[in-house]
Amino acid sequence: MGALMPFLHDVFSEAKRKADEAEVFSVWSEETPVRFEANRLKEVQGREGSLVALRLIKGGRIGFAVVSGLSEPGAVVDMALETVPFGSEAKFEFPSSRECPAVPVFDQGVVDTAAGEMAGMCEALIARVREHTPDVLCDATVSKAFARVHILNSRGGEVCYDKTVFTLGLDGVVVRGEDMLFVGDTETSCRPPGSASRVADVTMWQLEMSRNGARVSSGSMPVILTPRAVAACLAMPLAMGFNGRTVLEGASPLRGRLGERLFDTKLNLMDEATTPFRPESRPCDDEGVPSQSTVLVEDGVVAGFLYDLQTAGLAGARSTGSGSRSRGGMPGPGVSCLVFNEGEATFEQMVAEMGEGLVVEQLMGAEQGNLLGGDFSGNVLLGFKVEKGRVVGRVKDVMVSGNVYQALGSIVAMGRESRWVYGMVRSPHIWLKELSVAAKA
Amino acid sequence: MRELLHDAVSGHDADYVDIRLEEAETTQLTYRGQRLEEVGRAASKGGSIRALVKGGWAFMSFNNLDHLREKAKAAVSQARMSSRERSDFAPVEPVVDTVTTDSPGKSPRSVPLGVKKALLDEYNGIILGTPGIMTSVVNYADGLRRVVFASSQGSYIEQGREDVTIRFVAVARDGGEVQQSGLSVGSRDDLSALEGLHHEVTETARRAVELLKAPPVKGGEYTVILDPVLAGVFAHEAFGHLSESDFIYEDKRLQEVMVLGRRFGGKHLSIVDDPTMPGLRGSYKYDDEGTPARKSYLIREGVLVGRLHSRETAARMGEAPTGNARALSYRHPPIVRMSNTYIEPGPSTFEELIGEVEEGVYARNWYGGTTSMEMFTFSAGDAFMVRRGKVAEPLRPVVLTGNLFATLGEIDAVGNDLDMNQGGGCGKLGQAPLPVSNGGPHIRIRRCLVGGK
Repeated sequence: MGALMPFLHDVFSEAKRKADEAEVFSVWSEETPVRFEANRLKEVQGREGSLVALRLIKGGRIGFAVVSGLSEPGAVVDMALETVPFGSEAKFEFPSSRECPAVPVFDQGVVDTAAGEMAGMCEALIARVREHTPDVLCDATVSKAFARVHILNSRGGEVCYDKTVFTLGLDGVVVRGEDMLFVGDTETSCRPPGSASRVADVTMWQLEMSRNGARVSSGSMPVILTPRAVAACLAMPLAMGFNGRTVLEGASPLRGRLGERLFDTKLNLMDEATTPFRPESRPCDDEGVPSQSTVLVEDGVVAGFLYDLQTAGLAGARSTGSGSRSRGGMPGPGVSCLVFNEGEATFEQMVAEMGEGLVVEQLMGAEQGNLLGGDFSGNVLLGFKVEKGRVVGRVKDVMVSGNVYQALGSIVAMGRESRWVYGMVRSPHIWLKELSVAAKA
Repeated sequence: MRELLHDAVSGHDADYVDIRLEEAETTQLTYRGQRLEEVGRAASKGGSIRALVKGGWAFMSFNNLDHLREKAKAAVSQARMSSRERSDFAPVEPVVDTVTTDSPGKSPRSVPLGVKKALLDEYNGIILGTPGIMTSVVNYADGLRRVVFASSQGSYIEQGREDVTIRFVAVARDGGEVQQSGLSVGSRDDLSALEGLHHEVTETARRAVELLKAPPVKGGEYTVILDPVLAGVFAHEAFGHLSESDFIYEDKRLQEVMVLGRRFGGKHLSIVDDPTMPGLRGSYKYDDEGTPARKSYLIREGVLVGRLHSRETAARMGEAPTGNARALSYRHPPIVRMSNTYIEPGPSTFEELIGEVEEGVYARNWYGGTTSMEMFTFSAGDAFMVRRGKVAEPLRPVVLTGNLFATLGEIDAVGNDLDMNQGGGCGKLGQAPLPVSNGGPHIRIRRCLVGGK
């Protein structure tokens, strides 16, 4: 970390000298994943990395370069200058803000957790799951990460914050003959999980529900998506649909629909970057714009879209603090965390009232269709048949298909208890009126 | 350099230590509609060290290239934490070699940014000029990676590789209905493979508009004919991943199911992985453990005859290393990966394949694919109903799924028109997109489950 600060200041001063405006974004990070394979500790990793991204404006045009590993400050500036003649016209000014909301995303406890302690957590997790099902073979990863983010621009804006992320995840497989059952869950937070981890509980619930097999035939039927399934099939198309850039380009079906009731009135959806200790939370976005919560859907009505600075400038909107960079690249609008509202029903009530239908816990391949249009279709890797108000067993060789905009137009009930899935989604169970199901004859 | 790296990895109290140092450069251009949204350059320099002690591994990556020997020492002590009885690591003859990037093709690095932009201008203009098109995304990326590898067993290998890809997405819209069609083209090192695609781009745009009117398929089981692109995706997803031995080397039950000699398909079915094919995106001379690349038959005449290995999985399973341990970059350890994977061609013409189908689906053009080992799914951007032996009305994109153990046996005919697709990338354990190529001839699959209305 030591050499990075002088380097980024050198890049910044050189860029200010050669261009009209400049912005430097840098991340220094350290990550320690500890990996278990086939129930046993297999590998300890240590990853240390740094990147410096330079965005500059010259003659009204944007230039960009990013480097990992230190090089000559002048060379970085030249790389960015080389792209200026082709760059797009800048429709924004860098933010001069130095004040951001207090969003705690750092916990010293993560930094202080030793690799041996982390391995112990995995061991305990695997032991609990194997106590339930002795022949499950588990891969597990426990990982701690620290990052220091520093943003600096020629309008006087400067933000620096530290973040920690702790992840605990398990992938179990039970092979019986040619049948494979995949179970597991991942939890991630800016804090160590302590005894609060539910990974083992979720995994054992999956194993419990899969004890018996069940059959389903092709047709339309009601489906309960668990929070994990919501993340698998609804999150990606919604993230694209509410992206201000896709809206601006007309590639989102939501363009021109602001204020219209496109979804069931039971649906409320937010993008939320300020919840304390969530991995996707942050005091400011990757352009230094202070974070906020943005209402996307209010009682079924399309209420807002997500913008970074440039897209907001083009669309005549304001940045929602949604400027996101992938691996330090050029910022674009992105979701921080999609939060679905909670309703009244417990999972048990939903199952009892549904009578007959499907519970989907894991959907494979759902993200590979026409996401822009909102379509999803995938293999039910883990799902359960409901008959006469009871879960009767696991289904296989089944596909579920639908369209996000249609499916969320007819919600029977939202669950009362939501959970975080990966870093990116918080959702309760959602009971949809119907999805199309195709099954092997 | 050689001495420096030799000093860093030698003489540790470990069963094995290796180091990779990497320098990479990429250039990227992205059009979104009329706007050239992103023009960017990236450069990186970094390295990683692996250590193996009694079966336990450590992997450390870094951008700071100082104090390499101390870093190796730290890795060795980390590896000790996960050590157990013994290390299984197949022997490979130490190699000293330099593999340059010189090739007869038109290197993307020799071409100025303005020329690349002009090519994108032409293609983007075609898409945006197509009636019914709302917007486009055209992304171009080229890169050069130079890797130096040294091991405690005396290997020292310098390898360079280039990679260039272009991806088009045409987006059509009618009211609230949005449809898209895409095309990916890539090459190992020859920009001319990306030139002259005007016809393909025109077709991609036309297809997106056509999809607005196309009905979705009715979900259920169909006889499906896959074009060479999808046959390649099928070989990769449906079978290739399960032949990667890191999925099975610790699982005795899975090994019983995947026992060599087991029949998976008919005599007409052979599947190959071959990194030695010249000039393809999945080609290389040595993998990232310094093992020489070689051609591997996975299925020969319907029977499982081989699988892909790293040095560790090979030793554990008592088989020979195949040179398939690949790392996306210095930030990642090498894991077992495919290279160029394809279904060998057979005797049938396309007309013969389709002529016998009363009702089915003809699926073309790759959208995506994924696998859980037992189950796989893949999707086609371009699909048609087949009726009475003829290609009939177009359909919305389709997603197909199957079960590995059943579906290979359902392939009942293999075409004669092998083609390798260079536009793909593979993801595994957080390492994506790794350059690979896939291919095959047209193939026919009976009783394939298709998702839909």
